[in-house]
Amino acid sequence: MSGADLRDLYQQVIMDHNKKPRNFRDMADANHLAHGNNPLCGDALVVYVKLNGDVIEDVSFQGSGCAISVASASLMTEALKGKTVAEADAIYQQMHEQMTGGEVDMATLGKLEVLGGVREFPARVKCATLSWHTMHSAMESDADGQVTTE
Amino acid sequence: MSGLDIQAIRKDFPILDQEIYGFPLAYLDNAATSQKPVQVIDAVADYYREDNANVHRGVHRLSQRATDSYEGARSKVRDFLHAQSDKEIVFVRGATEAINLVAHSFVRPMLHAGDEILISHMEHHANIVPWQMLCDEVGATLVVIPMTDKGELDLTTFDDLLTSKTKIMAVGQVSNALGTINPVKMMTEKAHAKGIPVLIDGAQAVPHMPADVQDLDCDFYVFSGHKMFAPTGIGALYGKQALLEDMVPWQGGGDMILSVSFEKTLYNELPYKFEAGTPNISGAIGLGAAIDYMQSVGIAELAAYEHELLAYATAQVGGLDGLRIIGTAERKASVLSFMIDGVHPHDIGTIFDQQGVAIRTGHHCAQPVMQFFGIPATARASFAFYNTMDEVDALVGAIQKVQELFA
Repeated sequence: MSGADLRDLYQQVIMDHNKKPRNFRDMADANHLAHGNNPLCGDALVVYVKLNGDVIEDVSFQGSGCAISVASASLMTEALKGKTVAEADAIYQQMHEQMTGGEVDMATLGKLEVLGGVREFPARVKCATLSWHTMHSAMESDADGQVTTE
Repeated sequence: MSGLDIQAIRKDFPILDQEIYGFPLAYLDNAATSQKPVQVIDAVADYYREDNANVHRGVHRLSQRATDSYEGARSKVRDFLHAQSDKEIVFVRGATEAINLVAHSFVRPMLHAGDEILISHMEHHANIVPWQMLCDEVGATLVVIPMTDKGELDLTTFDDLLTSKTKIMAVGQVSNALGTINPVKMMTEKAHAKGIPVLIDGAQAVPHMPADVQDLDCDFYVFSGHKMFAPTGIGALYGKQALLEDMVPWQGGGDMILSVSFEKTLYNELPYKFEAGTPNISGAIGLGAAIDYMQSVGIAELAAYEHELLAYATAQVGGLDGLRIIGTAERKASVLSFMIDGVHPHDIGTIFDQQGVAIRTGHHCAQPVMQFFGIPATARASFAFYNTMDEVDALVGAIQKVQELFA
């Protein structure tokens, strides 16, 4: 492996989302929220979700992390906005499959496919999954919850 | 240039001779752990192949040989630290265990609510958490010597921090995150002038410079073997004999006793009082071999060479645009911590790895240092005497690769 594989990891879409993360903001009227942190590397983020009935009306995040974790969180917010809880769950499952080398359904994954390169860098899988675990935890509680990848 | 034959030295470290993703390995993560020379690997293997037996017990030949080797290693540590007596050298798992031992057996019995323990802002978590636990337990206060923007201890208020309530001062000789060499001898003198005992964490110092506990006059000195070319799981606590004599045991068990009945146990003499259970015999022997190795290279010589290496790295890396060195103390050893503008340290670590350059990225178990600089993590290159100027050039090349990718 050399430079070419690094480009698989640091794809243009990922670099773009790292530089200009989407939905990177506080959400005053969020009804679901969770804190996630990776104690090994110090990455820390907050995921905000505003559920309207069964639909994710808005989702945003704040925090700091590496390019992979920021891009993954940013892509996640784009992918989940407007989805139902069941649809979000399906996407979450597909992300999990993608990260662990399972069979993936490209139609469900959509743009999130760019994160597939992380699989080849096992030390970095946690970076890509932190925001997803945090989102999952946010959905399950409306109080402040701690999520860790450890 | 120093007189060390680095290419000959590198032949003693077989692990260094390998390629990572088609690039020669540049191992620049020595502050995390060092590599081991064949002399250490062989000493451990030979012990298991020829002498393995329990120590201080059997009258049979193997047990005598194992005991001789184990106690021989203790003498080597005593010599290495310039301590007065073998009784002052306690084998432990590493610096972390040594600090916990002192916290438990020396400080805890005399610590009361309202007392203070003095540490510094640049300590490794191992020299923070044990004291914090103790303070929480008895209602004492952890007091912290502040730090400057250069990553040096700010000693302007130091005299005021040494109070009648201070029960111990525990400071690192060299910062693992910044490389700063702290003026521990002067600090020890000032603490002693007020009757305050001193523990020095030498974990990042012993691989890089001569250690002399009598010159420092510290009461306790701790280090880990694995950071100085010895196996993991072995380290040493030095303590002044009079203090160790009066201390309560750390763990109970075999080997730390003179006699046991259900009514009363008499504790063994120093240093065995603090070494309950079968010790890490092979580790101690490996540590002894590492000391032999360092002394054969020459500790003053390796220190001089590493100084050149760090100066070269600092000039080369410091000369790059879009990069900030974290920790610019006047006196430093081994460590070059840095940030690249717009790139998180973890991305740096991955890209470096793809060029065969092994560094540490993260908070280096020194989160208060990261908080001071307002950063989550740094990229840290740390050197040993087997590193070369070419490896510094590989480091510079890897940094340029990161900047290219993130341009």
